[in-house]
Amino acid sequence: MSEDDVFRALGDASRRTLLDRLHHRNGQTLNELCAGLDMTRQAVTKHLSILEHANLIAVQRQGREKLHFINPVPINDIAERWIEKFQRGHLRALSALRKALEEDDHE
Amino acid sequence: MSEAAQSTFVYVTYIRTSAEKLWSALLMPEFTQQYWYNMRMVSDWKAGASWQLVFADGRIGDTGEVLEIDPPRRLVLRWQNEFRPEIKAEGPSQCTFELEPSGDITKLTITHSSPRPNSKLIVAVSGGWPMILANLKTLLETGKPMAAQKL
Repeated sequence: MSEDDVFRALGDASRRTLLDRLHHRNGQTLNELCAGLDMTRQAVTKHLSILEHANLIAVQRQGREKLHFINPVPINDIAERWIEKFQRGHLRALSALRKALEEDDHE
Repeated sequence: MSEAAQSTFVYVTYIRTSAEKLWSALLMPEFTQQYWYNMRMVSDWKAGASWQLVFADGRIGDTGEVLEIDPPRRLVLRWQNEFRPEIKAEGPSQCTFELEPSGDITKLTITHSSPRPNSKLIVAVSGGWPMILANLKTLLETGKPMAAQKL
């Protein structure tokens, strides 16, 4: 799994949604991940296999079930390689500012 | 047990090294202090033995017991935090290291789980492990630890 695989895997809204769901609650089964999603089971399976190939999720067997866990290691590597060196502190301040302004707009 | 009732994090990294070298790097204090926030892993490394993770100044960070050891493939530790009272109060967690060599690369999987839902320990280690693993990978692949400010 190269950095290309990680960026390609992240370059899809459905796969980012699946990662968000695992971040919200780690260790879900395929059935749990499919629940409430506007995607076929086959599509979810395909996205999960791309995420697994990119090492963004790890799959562990527990009894008869396969549980999916988010693996933060490649995301940390991207952060170090592409974000840390561009002064994360300033970026965080900018992102906080944008969030604050956009929340104002929504009121 | 349903997975909702416990907290588990899984970390997977691939390191261009042998399982034997990776095993030593995980267990030997002279290695761990180079990539693990200057901490030293101390134990006899036998099933049933105790282990400690010791800060550079001698304070004890974490302790536990070696539950299973099968060098250089599998290590299971009971893991008790000692230096943060609110986390210590949660009681022990369990950490499993699995090493799977494939050609000149070794896959390392670390599974850290607590029987408690929303464990503070698991949240605390979830920030630490990715950085420790990045340092470990750099050390094993280049022979040098990452820049000091990372530690």
